[in-house]
Amino acid sequence: MTAIFFLADFSVIKPDPGLILWTSLIFIFLWFFLGRMAFRPIQQALKKREQDIQSSLDEAKHARQEMSNLKAENEKLLAEAREERARMLKEAKEAGDNIISKAKEKAKEEAVLIMASAKQEIQNQRMALITDLKNQIGLLAIDVAEKVLRKELKQDSEQTKYINTLVDEIKLN
Amino acid sequence: MVRVNRKIGFVWAIAAGLLWAASPLFAQEHGQEQNGHTTGETHETHSEGHGESDGYDAVGTVMNHIADANEFHVWYNTHIALPCFLYAPAQGWSFFSSGKFEHGHKAIDGYVLNHGRVNRVADPAFPKGEVHIEGITHQKDTVLKAGKEKVVDVYFATYEGKSWLLDKPSTLDGGFLGGGITSFYDFSITKNVFTMLLAAVLLVFLFTAVARGYRRNEGKAPSGIQSFFEPFFVFIRDEVSKPMIGEKHYERFQPYIMTLFFFILFCNLLGLVPFFPGSSNVTGNLAVTLTLAVFTFLVVSLNGNKHYWEHVFWMPGIPAWVKIILTPVEILGLFLRPFSLMIRLFANISAGHIIILSLIGLIFLFGKNGESVGGAVAGGIIGGLFTVFMNLIELLVAFLQAFIFSILTASYIGSAVEDHHHHEHEEAH
Repeated sequence: MTAIFFLADFSVIKPDPGLILWTSLIFIFLWFFLGRMAFRPIQQALKKREQDIQSSLDEAKHARQEMSNLKAENEKLLAEAREERARMLKEAKEAGDNIISKAKEKAKEEAVLIMASAKQEIQNQRMALITDLKNQIGLLAIDVAEKVLRKELKQDSEQTKYINTLVDEIKLN
Repeated sequence: MVRVNRKIGFVWAIAAGLLWAASPLFAQEHGQEQNGHTTGETHETHSEGHGESDGYDAVGTVMNHIADANEFHVWYNTHIALPCFLYAPAQGWSFFSSGKFEHGHKAIDGYVLNHGRVNRVADPAFPKGEVHIEGITHQKDTVLKAGKEKVVDVYFATYEGKSWLLDKPSTLDGGFLGGGITSFYDFSITKNVFTMLLAAVLLVFLFTAVARGYRRNEGKAPSGIQSFFEPFFVFIRDEVSKPMIGEKHYERFQPYIMTLFFFILFCNLLGLVPFFPGSSNVTGNLAVTLTLAVFTFLVVSLNGNKHYWEHVFWMPGIPAWVKIILTPVEILGLFLRPFSLMIRLFANISAGHIIILSLIGLIFLFGKNGESVGGAVAGGIIGGLFTVFMNLIELLVAFLQAFIFSILTASYIGSAVEDHHHHEHEEAH
């Protein structure tokens, strides 16, 4: 068997110059042509796409981050607004209460004042009335006294007697 | 009559084989038969009675099938002629189609076709122009070479009753592998060159289409053929170039690695196609792998930086007496690396072809060259099944070897362009 093997022409191990030449030509052509027309542009396109994808992912991440930030901020704002509203309501209520209580106080004071002046007025009126009454009564008394005196003092004795009493009275005083 | 019976036996055997295995080497089975016919005269005129003439020469058939050829054998009686560009220092250039040989029946300017390959009658007395030859005879000569007796095949063209010694095309092995410079050089578009050209056309067509896809779909998702090839690109880039050459330098070498990978892959795959445009043993021919290995050697050497050469010729950080031993080893290593690339690819692909052809050869061996139909059927079944199995393995090998060739090339380039850090090295030593 080995004899046959060596007899057979194992030509593939004998490098043929023609085949070397053609292999070189074809390979160099492919190397330069495909390198220029395909492999380099494809490589660049792949690189560019990978960068695009990376940057899109980064952007999306960034956007998501921003969104969540925004959301947090919104919530904060909302909470703040809610608080503000509560505060305002409270303040308003307080202010209202305050106004009411103040008004009540003022009204009370006013009422007291009015009552006082009314009393004063009544007093004044009464005093005027009393004075007037006193005057009237005085006049009446004088009138009556005049009439009485006139009647009693028609006689001279009487007059003298009376004068004496009056003088006594003055002396006593 | 015997011939007819044999023929029927063959047909049965082949049919059975095909039925069972859809054997991918169909054309080549026929090729064997074809050889039996065209060289029928040869066998009959064998002068030296050496038992092989009637039997099936398994090894010869396999060797003939994995060899390069000047015509493309397609089918039973159909050959595709290929252009011949021949140069003989004695008579200059000759250009013609290999169809003119009429499969070995004609000599043109002293050239004849012997087993599909152009040979030349070295004797200047042989007539020029187109002449009809009676046949090609074959004998084994014992030659004394380097003190050893060696048996070699010698072929003769028979013309006008005389035998004329035939020269094979020159090869560059310097006579070590049984070849050497002869009286002419063959620069023809051979079967292998044809397949390489086909691979080149396919690659150009496919990858310009893919590149067009990238231009058209810029900023969009890949589509069609572009998305089919994209994983290859990404794989070669991320698993081969980047880790082996390094982030900094890999882009420069990416086209080379890619071309290498796809060229080898396409040649390997076309070699697995058992019929016409394929079946050539391109990457299983040492000339092809040699050329590719030389390219890798040149790319590595031309891009080697100062540190690389320093590490080869005068390894820093080790004692001088070790350097004296190490430097020759390193220099030897420079050549052994591409040498290993050359042998690995060649041996893997050749072995695959040889195994498949041998399995198909079982049909003829078991069938006793057509005498035993049952044997041929058995051979067809066994050989066919194993061939299917082997073809699947070869498909893996086609990808694997292309990948290995390119990843090793990338690693050699990586070692040549790597930025060395001396201090680390010195500390390490």
